[in-house]
Amino acid sequence: MVAEHTVKAFDVEMGSLRGLIAEMGGLAELAIGESIDALVKGSDELAQGVIARDKKIDALEAQVDQLAVQIIALRAPVADDLREVIAALKIAGILERIGDYAKNIAKRSARIENRKVFEPITLIPAMGELAAEMVRDVLTAYAARDAASASEVIERDAKVDAFYDSIFRNMVSFMMENPSTITSAAHLLFVARNIERIGDHATNIAEQVYYAATAKYHDDRLERPEN
Amino acid sequence: MRGGMAPWFSLVLAALAVLLLWLGGVSLWLVLAAMVLVGGSLVALWWWMGDQPPPEDTIRAVPEELRQARQQAEKGVLNAIDATVEAFSLPVVVFERGRILSANAAARAALGEHITGQDPRVALRHPEAVALLEGADDQEASVTLRDLTSKGSLWQLTRRPLGPDRWAVEMRDRSAEADISRAHTDFVANASHELRTPLASVIGYVETLFEAKKPLDEAITKRFLGTVLREAKRMQALVSDLMSLSQLEAEKHDVPTERIELGALAARVVGEFAPVAGEKPRVEFTRPEAMLAVTGDAKQLEQLLRNLIDNALKYGDDDKNVTVALVEGPRGTVQIDVTDRGAGIAPDHLPHLTRRFYRTDESRSRAAGGTGLGLAIVKHVVERHRGRLDIASELGVGTTVSVRLPRLSA
Repeated sequence: MVAEHTVKAFDVEMGSLRGLIAEMGGLAELAIGESIDALVKGSDELAQGVIARDKKIDALEAQVDQLAVQIIALRAPVADDLREVIAALKIAGILERIGDYAKNIAKRSARIENRKVFEPITLIPAMGELAAEMVRDVLTAYAARDAASASEVIERDAKVDAFYDSIFRNMVSFMMENPSTITSAAHLLFVARNIERIGDHATNIAEQVYYAATAKYHDDRLERPEN
Repeated sequence: MRGGMAPWFSLVLAALAVLLLWLGGVSLWLVLAAMVLVGGSLVALWWWMGDQPPPEDTIRAVPEELRQARQQAEKGVLNAIDATVEAFSLPVVVFERGRILSANAAARAALGEHITGQDPRVALRHPEAVALLEGADDQEASVTLRDLTSKGSLWQLTRRPLGPDRWAVEMRDRSAEADISRAHTDFVANASHELRTPLASVIGYVETLFEAKKPLDEAITKRFLGTVLREAKRMQALVSDLMSLSQLEAEKHDVPTERIELGALAARVVGEFAPVAGEKPRVEFTRPEAMLAVTGDAKQLEQLLRNLIDNALKYGDDDKNVTVALVEGPRGTVQIDVTDRGAGIAPDHLPHLTRRFYRTDESRSRAAGGTGLGLAIVKHVVERHRGRLDIASELGVGTTVSVRLPRLSA
């Protein structure tokens, strides 16, 4: 555990900052899972739930911003405390984006027709699971301040990217064979794209966790392959 | 010092002041009146102070002891809570607003070693769990959550008040129950689908033999029976693979505990692939000097390696060797790489390889006698051992399957 500070109130504030991030993370995780469920099952109820809950994520982000600014202004944190606060600020922003992607997936779920006969839809859950697992593990790494498992999450992004490429090709050939499904397929392509972005954002969080824990940038940040 | 000072001392001071004033030419009566007022007030002050609570140094001494005693008592309570929750095998977390006071070993194993002293939301971030924690009152409440610790897990959380502003959350793992029923339905679906094809051909051939009006030509009979035998063997392999898969599913939440030296285990499995006399060996095995131990299930790890080597032999070129390399992986892991040299696998297929019954080339897999379950079993074994599976392949060069398992420090 991190050493306690002389001013007890500071510990309390840092604790609740971490708590807020965790709460946001929990909401984002659930949003990913439920939006993909909604997509596969065609459940409008689930989709509406995801869309409604996104407001809560936005509200929490504002709370994190406020608390982080207050801590910086009143407590003037240094060293690992400062890194932690800055990382929290950035992670909150990233989690908010992840929530938006999930919301977008939920919104698209209503526009996909004929999902029973629409074969490519079976590929999406497996990809979504990979991305959701990255988000889950990176949040656990954040809670544990575990740089090693953060780097491990970064390595996993390649798998999600490979999945995206595979789905992309699959979808294009499906569209050529069944031109009547192009609208739905296009939406599904965007869904795959969103999931791919969620994976990228999980990587970004992992970089922040790594930085907060070690005070060094992860190698991946320095030599990222051109896309 | 104060004790030695009589009230009369203040009268002497007052008299002195009067003398000075009189010498200065002030009227004697006025001066005397001033003396009475000053002296009186000083005596009154002395009396009043005598009635006050004891002086400052004693004021501080008592609460300091009190505070320490209170701290001690608080610490004692916390220690008692620690000791009590530690005695439970169910995960138990004791928290107050904004802070986890205590978490027992089972809870730390499920949620992470870091959770004590953290905000409760850091340990349980699922929105419904957060609602359970934040909405804590003096009522008991319970909630059942999916995917709390890992994908597919199912936990029932029950919150009970422990005292003013202090609660305990008890966690009951329902994953196994949920999994067994799901594994069961999956098993039935998969098995019926995959068994239908060989069963249909067995029935077809046997029917032909049985209903023939006159005995068939011996060569044809032999060929038919050969097909029946092959298909039956395939069904047998399929059934045994499905059984091990559903077995794995059922116990995937129990972390294996056996200590295993991977070098010896791998050498043993590679030994099984020793060539029959006259053929040259196709499996090369390299291992480091150091002992590489993991916690695991020996049978399952053997099966994992057997499946991987089997695949490599099947899908690699017949005249090229398969290498099995045991190396020290990064970040405290042990890595096993199984590499074949052959056609390789197109990148499009890579993400799907571990799905049940996924085959990149249906006819080729069937010809080689594959069940379509080998890599699914490998994936399950790796997951149960908290490891990772990676498959890298280059078309025309070959495929490397890497398994990383957390290393057991000696």
